[in-house]
Amino acid sequence: MIRIKEDRCDFCGTCVSVCPVDCIELRETVIKIDEKTCTDCKLCVYVCPIETLEFVDE
Amino acid sequence: MSDHYDVIVIGAGPAGSMAAWHASLGGAKVLVLEKDRDIGLPVRCAEGVGAAGLQSLIEADPRWIANKIEGINLISPHGKRVHLANEDFGYVLNRKLFDNFLAEKASKAGAEILTKAYAEELLFDEKGDVNGVVFSRFGKRLSLRAKIVMGADGVESRVGRWAGIRTQLKLRDIETCVQFTMANVDVTPSDCDFYFSHERAPGGYIWVFPKGDGIANVGLGISGEYAQYQSPLRYLEDFVQEHFPKASVLTTTVGGVPVAPTNKQIVKNGFMLIGDAAHQANPISGGGIVPAMVAGKLAGQVAAEAVQTGDVSAAFLKKYERQWYKSEGNTHKITYRLKEAVYKLTDDDLNKTADSILSLPEGKRTIVAVFKKALYNKPSLILDALKVFKMSISEVFDPLS
Ligand SMILES: Cc1cc2nc3c(=O)[nH]c(=O)nc-3n(C[C@H](O)[C@H](O)[C@H](O)COP(=O)(O)OP(=O)(O)OC[C@H]3O[C@@H](n4cnc5c(N)ncnc54)[C@H](O)[C@@H]3O)c2cc1C
Ligand code: SF4
Ligand code: SF4
Repeated sequence: MIRIKEDRCDFCGTCVSVCPVDCIELRETVIKIDEKTCTDCKLCVYVCPIETLEFVDE
Repeated sequence: MSDHYDVIVIGAGPAGSMAAWHASLGGAKVLVLEKDRDIGLPVRCAEGVGAAGLQSLIEADPRWIANKIEGINLISPHGKRVHLANEDFGYVLNRKLFDNFLAEKASKAGAEILTKAYAEELLFDEKGDVNGVVFSRFGKRLSLRAKIVMGADGVESRVGRWAGIRTQLKLRDIETCVQFTMANVDVTPSDCDFYFSHERAPGGYIWVFPKGDGIANVGLGISGEYAQYQSPLRYLEDFVQEHFPKASVLTTTVGGVPVAPTNKQIVKNGFMLIGDAAHQANPISGGGIVPAMVAGKLAGQVAAEAVQTGDVSAAFLKKYERQWYKSEGNTHKITYRLKEAVYKLTDDDLNKTADSILSLPEGKRTIVAVFKKALYNKPSLILDALKVFKMSISEVFDPLS
């Protein structure tokens, strides 16, 4: 699953733009990933400019 | 707020505000929804615009211009500078004030604007066509109907997907960016610097845009393809350490830019996509302000006509799509091909390009010459470059491309 280091996030939306299943929800200062929909493709991890997202093996 | 609008625009960036402004001028009843508390903040931009592009849309106003740019330096991996001068290259904006100004224009023309209004989903009629928006504001969920809904929600766009349009970007088609606005930066105040190096900014470039008083936007974008190996933040920290060790960071900016051809579909019945949400930024430079404004203006005008004639079908709204391709979209197809070639050049190729440009007399050092030298073994792309750059440099310089 994808772990969000929330204190790092800048809420810039770069991750949202590549998510193939549209499961990232971004408000002004809140980010959530819908784990049920997420496919663990890691594209969001790759493009986050500041290393906010991390893939962790459950 | 009423319960029915002609046009609801989601997102109050340059695309959304221009659309709202021009739809209102055309007589439509318009509402703009912006999720953030401040229009124009946070600034996710290096704030550079070409003068010609900007002035074709709006008169330059000292209230939101931070600095005038009269030259650019293209800097090779081995540090050689190719200087291109032009009194009217462009400006470094104060983007917060700029975005506010465009929203004010929309408001004065009659549009209503709401901040802290987060669009959550779209509403559809029995035929499956978009006919409204559900949004939340101060803990309340509200539904409003509209004849046309516009997705102007930027690179993070979800609105297009809710309407059933595929908009997700491939890794190679997103530039992932970090920027520091720095104080105590020693650069020529009237020049923008661009550093090209596959080692230091793979699939992108580093920019230094001066804002005056030793303050500058120092940032970089790299292709999503390479970001999986090292983040842009680390590349930028290395660059700043090397070039501006004495400067301080006033602001950190993070963001992505779509560097793709225009999205395949940008209209549906009762629905339009504009700006970054429609992948309308210039694929080679990542400049998205002027293209978003162009698209917003065209979409706003066509939406007002559609409302007036009572035909909001995709067939009618395609007029916006056709006008977009004529003004910018077709050029973007070519600059996308150029980007793919230029960003593959090795540092050795880039060094050789700089050396051969510098061997030309100063008067012959132009953007076209740079591309000719860089792409010398790809004749078809040289023709592409000529096609795109036969316009004046400052038209192409968007931002500073
Ligand atoms: C680091 C960086 C540097 C850049 N430098 C330059 C440059 O120098 N020159 C240049 O021309 N371009 C530059 N760009 C690109 C430029 O900033 C964008 O192309 C431009 O802002 C696009 O305008 P827009 O109106 O389409 O989207 P945006 O300006 O992103 O506006 C979208 C708006 O929609 C809102 N929104 C999103 N989702 C919702 C929702 N669900 N409900 C309500 N509101 C929502 C957002 O909060 C935002 O205000 C840069 C981009 C980055 C990231
Ligand atoms: S890309 Fe990174 S910083 Fe930006 S919103 Fe996504 S997780 Fe946050
Ligand atoms: S891992 Fe893939 S599916 Fe999951 S949130 Fe990231 S981009 Fe979306």
